[in-house]
Amino acid sequence: MLRLILKKIGLLVPTFIGVTLTSFFFIRLLPGDPILLLAGERGVDPERYQELMVKFGYNEPIWQQYLSYLGKLFQGDLGVSIVTKQPVLQEFMTLFPATVELGVCAIIFAIVVGLPAGIIAAVKRGKTLDHSVMTTALVGYSMPIFWWGLLLIILFSGTLGWTPVSGRIDLINYWIDEPVTGFMLIDTWFVDQPGAFASAVQHLILPTVVLGTIPLAVIARQTRSAMLEVLDEDYVRTARAKGLSNFRVIGVHALRNALIPVITIIGLQIGVLFAGAILTENIFSWPGVGKWMVDSIFRRDYPSVQGGLLMIAVIVMIVNLVVDLLYGLINPKIRHTE
Amino acid sequence: MADVTQNSAPDTRFELIMNFWRHFRTNKGAVAGLIFFLALVVVALLASVIAPHSAIELNSDSLLLPPVWQEGGNWTYILGTDAIGRDLLSRLIYGSQYSLFIGVVVVSVALVVGVCLGLIAGTFGGWIDTVIMRIMDIILAFPSLLLALVLVAVLGPSLINAMIAIAVVQQPYYVRLTRASVMSEMSREYVMAARVSGVRTMRLMFVTVLPNCMAPLIVQAALSFSTAILDAAALGFLGMGAQPPTPEWGTMLAESREFILRAPWVVTFPGLAILSTVLAINLIGDGLRDALDPKLKRS
Repeated sequence: MLRLILKKIGLLVPTFIGVTLTSFFFIRLLPGDPILLLAGERGVDPERYQELMVKFGYNEPIWQQYLSYLGKLFQGDLGVSIVTKQPVLQEFMTLFPATVELGVCAIIFAIVVGLPAGIIAAVKRGKTLDHSVMTTALVGYSMPIFWWGLLLIILFSGTLGWTPVSGRIDLINYWIDEPVTGFMLIDTWFVDQPGAFASAVQHLILPTVVLGTIPLAVIARQTRSAMLEVLDEDYVRTARAKGLSNFRVIGVHALRNALIPVITIIGLQIGVLFAGAILTENIFSWPGVGKWMVDSIFRRDYPSVQGGLLMIAVIVMIVNLVVDLLYGLINPKIRHTE
Repeated sequence: MADVTQNSAPDTRFELIMNFWRHFRTNKGAVAGLIFFLALVVVALLASVIAPHSAIELNSDSLLLPPVWQEGGNWTYILGTDAIGRDLLSRLIYGSQYSLFIGVVVVSVALVVGVCLGLIAGTFGGWIDTVIMRIMDIILAFPSLLLALVLVAVLGPSLINAMIAIAVVQQPYYVRLTRASVMSEMSREYVMAARVSGVRTMRLMFVTVLPNCMAPLIVQAALSFSTAILDAAALGFLGMGAQPPTPEWGTMLAESREFILRAPWVVTFPGLAILSTVLAINLIGDGLRDALDPKLKRS
């Protein structure tokens, strides 16, 4: 197992180098002079320009610049934001819990609804229920989620007035001075402000539904086809022949085996979640890294864009690696063939 | 498709297509999707004839007019008007041209580049294969929309640059698919026979092997057609795609965001157009997959 882990990590090294090269060249490929870009709209006088050229190392050969960029990366130095003058890594880490909280809620929502929906569709194969579940799933899969979010705002925030439109919490009535974890649901649970937790939950509902929609559809479709494959197997027929209850056959014998491909699909949703978070956070003014990336692009805060791009790619790589290894754990077939 | 050839041995291309159509026709959803899609193509082609108004002409006397079935609406502007008095229906009709154009361009570029790279990687193997596949891994390491956004930031926000960015993030899928099928075809006897009889490598790649790898590529093309439309609309929505006053559906949504509570129709219709187009194409994609890949059909 250890050898397998090391081998998989080894395979990631070229990708990691490629990702760092991409983010390194991102700033250098931007149209315009890098120093002028860093200086922003104020511009710089020629003397200061030379100083900055030396300071940032732009006068050195390109490979040397890349090496010093890599060196800084490994010390956790992703540069400084032009707009806030804060270290990019620090900014990212402050905002990241908001995105994680939203992403985790969305994937839980997708699994809790998608998995049973897929199972029901498989069991009722060919019936009306199957068709309606699968049609709904295909609509969800085709959903432009930025529009879906706006529709939900029109209905639930506008017409019904049930949910707030934006943010993570009602900032007029509640405040978190020193966020302990950065996760609003946890922080509000322990803070001594009645109603704060409820407010956080209310703010989470719509973004969760919007971000969870596409993963939900994917999970439902995948669960259905995995279940159908398993339901034809001999051991399921044997279980039925032994007189086990329908619930036990489907819920235990079939589901356990059908879950293996489904778990992989769930793991692969991490990239989809990040892409979705960019749109969802934008619609609901959710202060996470997705909104921050788009804002940074518009503010021409390129060090932030560069750092965020790298961090997100690295996180996606790590999560995919973990999923890959878990897959080996739950599926002995894979483990032994490697 | 390879299976179809072996089982029923149709000797003409026509029979092959009829065979495919017989399978495809049984899928009602796919046929419905196809009909909608063809209707959309007709609308796009005849946009200047069908559209009752101009897509960009302003009418300052009729701002945010509701659709005809709501109070205050009238038959001049059937789906109502937007914040600066442009006819929504006409903008949607012209918008179909952009969406189809985006789909066609992105899929063609991603398909051609991806298939060529995949053929090269699969045929030659060795370090060429390694280099190509590692580059694809790097592209796939980024969430697609994020990479597209950053590419547009480098290239500058416009519809053309958005299409280039989306094509770049989509072509790894074509490379992987082509490479995988090429590698499995390479060990077949007919390839060996062609090699022995001295067929040149180029001809072997494009004429002998490629036609037998088409089935998964066709399915992928259908699926990425819909993804391209969705992603382009998302970029437009974020202000990084087509720029106003272009009647691209995602850009229309972005422009009307601030009026969602006052005039819900300016938000509802462009999104509905995106959803139904993407849904129709996905239905076609599912139908193609079932018809072309008998193995998947059973599941």
